[in-house]
Amino acid sequence: MTDTLTIRNLHVSVEDKPILHGVDLEIRRGETHALMGPNGSGKSTLGLAIMGHPKYVVTEGEILLNGENIVEWSPDERARRGLFYAFQRPIAIPGVKMADFLRHAVTNVRHPERREGEELLPMREFRKELKEKMGQLHMDLEFARRYVNDGFSGGEMKRAEILQLAMLQPKFAVLDETDSGLDADAVRLASESIARIGRQKMGLLIITHHDKLLEHNPPQFTHVMLGGRIVETGGPELAIELHRHGYGRIREKYPEADAENRAMQQVEAGA
Amino acid sequence: MATEVTSDQNAGPVGEINKYDFHTETQAVFRARKGLDREVVEQISEMKGEPDWMREFRLKALEIFESKPMPKWGGKIDIDFQDIYYYLKPTEKQGHSWDEVPQEIKETFDKLGIPEAERKFLAGVKAQFESEVIYGSLKEELGEKGVIFTDTDTAVREHGDLLREYFGTIIPPSDNKFAALNSAVWSGGSFIYVPPGVHIDFPLQAYFRINAERMGQFERTLIIVDEGASVHYVEGCTAPMYSTESLHSAVVEIICKAGSRCRYTTIQNWANNIYNLVTKRAVAYRDATMEWVDGNLGSRLTMKYPAVYMMEPGARGEILSIAFAGAGQHQDAGAKLVHCAPHTTGQITSKSISKDGGRSSYRGLVRVERGAHHAKCNVVCDALILDPHSRSDTYPYIEVAEQDVAIGHEASVSRIGEEQMFYLTSRGLTESEASTMIVNGFIEPLVRELPMEYAVEMNRLIQLQMEGSVG
Ligand SMILES: Nc1ncnc2c1ncn2[C@@H]1O[C@H](COP(=O)(O)OP(=O)(O)O)[C@@H](O)[C@H]1O
Ligand SMILES: [Mg+2]
Repeated sequence: MTDTLTIRNLHVSVEDKPILHGVDLEIRRGETHALMGPNGSGKSTLGLAIMGHPKYVVTEGEILLNGENIVEWSPDERARRGLFYAFQRPIAIPGVKMADFLRHAVTNVRHPERREGEELLPMREFRKELKEKMGQLHMDLEFARRYVNDGFSGGEMKRAEILQLAMLQPKFAVLDETDSGLDADAVRLASESIARIGRQKMGLLIITHHDKLLEHNPPQFTHVMLGGRIVETGGPELAIELHRHGYGRIREKYPEADAENRAMQQVEAGA
Repeated sequence: MATEVTSDQNAGPVGEINKYDFHTETQAVFRARKGLDREVVEQISEMKGEPDWMREFRLKALEIFESKPMPKWGGKIDIDFQDIYYYLKPTEKQGHSWDEVPQEIKETFDKLGIPEAERKFLAGVKAQFESEVIYGSLKEELGEKGVIFTDTDTAVREHGDLLREYFGTIIPPSDNKFAALNSAVWSGGSFIYVPPGVHIDFPLQAYFRINAERMGQFERTLIIVDEGASVHYVEGCTAPMYSTESLHSAVVEIICKAGSRCRYTTIQNWANNIYNLVTKRAVAYRDATMEWVDGNLGSRLTMKYPAVYMMEPGARGEILSIAFAGAGQHQDAGAKLVHCAPHTTGQITSKSISKDGGRSSYRGLVRVERGAHHAKCNVVCDALILDPHSRSDTYPYIEVAEQDVAIGHEASVSRIGEEQMFYLTSRGLTESEASTMIVNGFIEPLVRELPMEYAVEMNRLIQLQMEGSVG
């Protein structure tokens, strides 16, 4: 059976404010989906809710991994079961070296049965793999000794997210504007990284405003989010249309969702 | 004079055993009776075969101790001074090599997991066990260079003139009640003299340990770094846990002569019932640098404010301190920098962590005396609070009697961030792994300054604290 991630009628609130109003989405391992939509429409919220961010509370609906509802699972359980969210805005952890953090993360994800305090992956084995994958992303080894996302440039942060993706090799990954801040070369390297993991081994949900990443990773499906709903789903041609012509047509076609989106953004601006 | 000879004082039942909670049977050769008075002090001095001047010094200090009130600030101190043993001597002679150290004491060190760190520098190690240095050996090359590294009791006998010139001059007994107490009953500690121009390029180490119930430990350390010389002294400590109060009250005096450099690194992990009330002070002369690196874990109450007095132009004082307060613990730690001369530079970096209702306070004083123009001093203190029951306070005092100075102060208090926790857990770390990682990251800038084995030890202690298996 193909691994499947199913989002069913998902409602999510942040601090009691409803953001998602019933999202449906199904991703099979091996498929690539594009998720597009104007700012503030709820794309990151969906990604964070899938990963189990405690602030993003599921008030209705389900997130199913192979039919099992994972809404109650902690983020680390989700990671160990093969979910990954590449942050739009990665978080700095001062004083914690990339290599130490990654060795811990990789050990836990590859050995979900490992209990706290038990051995980590052997240092040499881990180092070798890390070095190889950093090389593929044209990252300097020095990078592994830096503190997680601390003082990273925008591009460095996104590369670090791709590096983690490459090391953790999840079954399902949400890439949240991972291409923002990357130049064309870096996007190509990131795509090669994804290709190396094997697109057929991952279910990908790519959130993006650009077309480069999608050019390298053509989606089978494109979803458009507006006002906390997926209002339209199509094939790769929908992504191309939205890149060329923007969201005008969508906004006109779905005035209610559009109004919702504007209202949310006003709250945001006022906050 | 009554001399009580016992060998059974450690026979009491030991509670639940864990890594840091065990007890080694020790055959004590002598211990003074419980309580404190002239007779006990005289007895201690006599047992040590001390010269008259030291006996007089102790007796005078006792008078001062008795006349001084308890400090009114800091933490709550609940000690019955008459319910403490002030002197306990575990073995008759001092061991000079590891082989001569009694087996049961080796076992204690083994249980503490010390040897990894220790063996490496075995030749430079001094260890203290129940008030008396029982083991110590000195690298031959140090001896050849004229370096003295011995326990303070031996120094009184063998290097009396040198010791007497400085002993009690940096921290006189009148300084505070606990300095007076230490001066009256002190025992053990290290004495180091580094001759002019001599650089010791590996850390000199000592381990301290309290093993007997209701037993105060009052070590006394004196370090003299002569002109242009340098030394790094390290003490680490892990104490077993007991239910009755224990008192640790040390005095550390350091003299950094012109152009010299001294770093004093401490990592202390006391049992939860211990009062750790320590006076540490250094003076730095022209172009000399004094650095205190101070890590405080455990104890019921720690009050410790390492100080540097910058006496002449170009002197530098730097204090790095880490405090971790867990359940039932109060860390009142800080630093004191006194600029007594122009063009002196100071830096205080303090990091504190409070968890499970623990309380940590930063108490710091920066003073610029009249005439100390162009003094520069920067204070950074960061507190991390792990849960809503825990507490952190900052008491920064700044007294400036000069115009042309640059004093900076930054303080931050943060709670472990939800966003940081989510980031780490979303990559597969459990909550407790994630919070341990964040805490270790928080203190990393200081841990980086520690010698390798101590950095490892510090991270391990933090992990145990985080797991709640210590204290
Ligand atoms: N942590 C948060 N706190 C408050 N509001 C939030 C938070 N996260 C998202 N929101 C709100 O939810 C809405 C959707 O945001 P988001 O999911 O980031 O949109 P997108 O990723 O599509 O730009 C916005 O109105 C935003 O203000
Ligand atoms: Mg977003």
